[in-house]
Amino acid sequence: MNATRPCLDIRSLSTVLPNGARVLRSVSLSVQPSEVRALVGESGAGKTMIGKAVLGVLPLSVRIVEGDMLLEGEDLGRLQPKARRTLIGARTALIPQDPLTALNPSRRIGPQMTDRLVRILGWSGQRADLRIRQLLDEVQIRDPDRVLKCYPHELSGGMRQRVLIAAAFAAEPRLIVADEPTTALDVTVQKQILRLIAQLQREHGTAILFVTHDLGVVAKISQKVSVLYAGKVVEEAETAALFAAPQHPYTRALMAATPRYTDPFASLKPVDEAVLAGLASEIAAADQAWKRSHG
Amino acid sequence: MDEARNSRSRISRRGSSRHGSGARLWLAGGWLLLALLAAIFAPLVAPQDPLAQDLMFERLPPFWMSGSEPGFWLGTDSLGRDLLSRLIFGARIAFIVAFAAALAACLVGSTLGLISGYFGGWADRIISRIVDVWMAFPPVLFAILLVAVLGTGLSSVIIAIAVIDWTRFCRVIRAESMGQARMDYVENARIAGYGRIGIMLREVLPNVVPSIMALLSLEMGIAVIVEAILSFVNLSISTDDPTWGGIIAEGRLSIHQAWWVLVFPLVTLILTVLSFSQFGEGLKARFDPVLR
Amino acid sequence: MAEPLFSVRGLKVALPDMARKPLIGRAPLAEILKGLDFDLPKGSVTGIVGESGSGKSTLGRALVRLLEPSAGSIIFDGRDITHLPEAELRPLRRNLQMIFQDPMSSLNPRRTIFSIIAAPLRQNGLGDNLKGRVAEALQRVGLPQSFASRYRHELSGGQRQRVGIARALALSPKFVLADEIVSGLDVSTQAQILTLLERLAGEMGLTVAFISHDLSVIRRLCRQVIVMREGAIVEASATDTLFEHPQQAYTRDLLAAIPLPEIDDGWLLPVAKAPA
Repeated sequence: MNATRPCLDIRSLSTVLPNGARVLRSVSLSVQPSEVRALVGESGAGKTMIGKAVLGVLPLSVRIVEGDMLLEGEDLGRLQPKARRTLIGARTALIPQDPLTALNPSRRIGPQMTDRLVRILGWSGQRADLRIRQLLDEVQIRDPDRVLKCYPHELSGGMRQRVLIAAAFAAEPRLIVADEPTTALDVTVQKQILRLIAQLQREHGTAILFVTHDLGVVAKISQKVSVLYAGKVVEEAETAALFAAPQHPYTRALMAATPRYTDPFASLKPVDEAVLAGLASEIAAADQAWKRSHG
Repeated sequence: MDEARNSRSRISRRGSSRHGSGARLWLAGGWLLLALLAAIFAPLVAPQDPLAQDLMFERLPPFWMSGSEPGFWLGTDSLGRDLLSRLIFGARIAFIVAFAAALAACLVGSTLGLISGYFGGWADRIISRIVDVWMAFPPVLFAILLVAVLGTGLSSVIIAIAVIDWTRFCRVIRAESMGQARMDYVENARIAGYGRIGIMLREVLPNVVPSIMALLSLEMGIAVIVEAILSFVNLSISTDDPTWGGIIAEGRLSIHQAWWVLVFPLVTLILTVLSFSQFGEGLKARFDPVLR
Repeated sequence: MAEPLFSVRGLKVALPDMARKPLIGRAPLAEILKGLDFDLPKGSVTGIVGESGSGKSTLGRALVRLLEPSAGSIIFDGRDITHLPEAELRPLRRNLQMIFQDPMSSLNPRRTIFSIIAAPLRQNGLGDNLKGRVAEALQRVGLPQSFASRYRHELSGGQRQRVGIARALALSPKFVLADEIVSGLDVSTQAQILTLLERLAGEMGLTVAFISHDLSVIRRLCRQVIVMREGAIVEASATDTLFEHPQQAYTRDLLAAIPLPEIDDGWLLPVAKAPA
């Protein structure tokens, strides 16, 4: 086994819509084992689509036209659909944005959590149940008996997200895609949940692809970060380096626009037209080059 | 720039949804227009007198079969009456019933649904209970009962259908109005100083119109079927005037000697009902700017 | 300090609790606001902050009298509006305007932007020179005149919110309630909308209640802040005082929970085990 082999390696991934519009523009990024890689961008930047591509759940209308995705060295594109699903199912998991729609409202929490372990990994019911209780303890749910018997609507938003985090870590995945997992939560709950994710990530050595729109969350949770604009990675850096010295004008503009109560008048700066114009021409140039090389 | 891109993609999406609904809208609309024109100009386009009996020409087959006579394109029935002409004149009754009954049901049902859904409270409780009770009646038996009480004739058929089917409008429009009543623009209309009735007409009604249109078209198809059923059991209008249901009833009797007397009116009926429902759906898809 | 535009005393609001509605009969009332006292000075922007369930949106809706309080009093511009019936409220509505959180839901999809902005003008006796007034309202929020003939779905999120602001300000109201108006927007758009509202509030001398869950935004925009929790006021003071010397533990917790866009390795380390 190669110690430096990335857990997830995306090489020059491009996707198009049925009308021919490119959504992802030659995206390359990698996540090392037990590393948190943040993927930050505004709405429409394609950050959620990257997560979906990794998990193999892209909408049918979106077509991958270029690029490879390697999960622990296995090229997902070369696998048969069934083998690919099995591999993705065994080695990855998702922490979704909206914990309410991610859980079936008419089933109890318990079976929803063990389902995956029993159906996909073939565990016995008893083993799955034991594992789930262990994880519920790790996410600091002290009364697992009650929670497992609850229906989703009987839990608060924070509790539901804890349940989903426990479910995600239960099967010991190598990679977790966290798609805006705290966006729907209050700030105080968000802090607890981020703390939990960070703690479990450290203890289990899981790699996380953390999708978010919030530079504040990026700063706190990730070691590496990719800044996405219109489906293109405009900057990639170690998180500390990015915040110390952002290189791309868009990253700088994004930072200046993000509100900070410690410095109200230096933040909340509207993005400069020149930055947007620069981005537009950058995207246009990339599309030109792509068209030339792909006929 | 991001904003401009977003708005452009939204417009193009709207454009593509229009193309999708195009084919069925035109096919369904085409058939309905054809049938409607035939009905309006029946005396001009019908090749024969639909009531003229001629026992010399009884049970003539359609034009492509041997033994057919020129001028009787779809053949004749057991009394020698021209089938095509009878279908064309039957379309008159079908369309009159469809338009009048569906409009009446729509007017009553949509109004009550709008009030029930938007105002809620007591109005909603009373109207909903009436609808519940109404819908517990088996519709066809209800219709037969009504016609038996009102007496046969065109207007009783129309009244019977409207009386039975207004609940369909009421239920759907109530649900949609309830959804609309929760929107912020309804609240904002209060902020702007509008009264309750004003808000209902200005903010809620325009948003349920596409559904009303679709239902109206669907209901016309249903009215055609109900009228055919009533004619079939001889409870519609006087038996002299040709109706699709009446022709089907007669065709049933001679199915072994002349299948066409049963098959052609059935096909006409099915095509028309299908066209009404597809036309409604197509209209809704085309004129709904909210489709995202 | 100037005379208050709003003077609120002992404000209570109770709403039917649908979750506890019995099978037959009425839903029991749940007290959402539990007796609030505060003033909103004329011409100032006041931030109302709290987490979900704090009652901040209910408070906003009570101020513009979309809800009727169950107890206490609301004095607006020297007049008691606590229990005014809808008909008597209508003439006051032009001075009690509101900008909504979700412009997708607050703009009627079947009306043009012109019709949306013109409606409150027409309804409040400003129906003359509608074209000119709508044009002025659009220009004020930095939208091109051609937008008047567009529909909601042809606009981006930021543009929609600008229309929401244009509509609320078209009547030159004395008071505007802004309920989470940027929480659905991207940061770059959010900054544009906030600086726009900041500028217009200053120019027009508006009194604004700015409801938000985001303390960072509030610090920039507001002169005073009301912190709410579970239907009660936790702390209310001038903005600088609140941020520099928060008196209550809850306010300090809220501030500490905001992830600032800067590296802070200690932020995620557990201080103490969360209570069960």
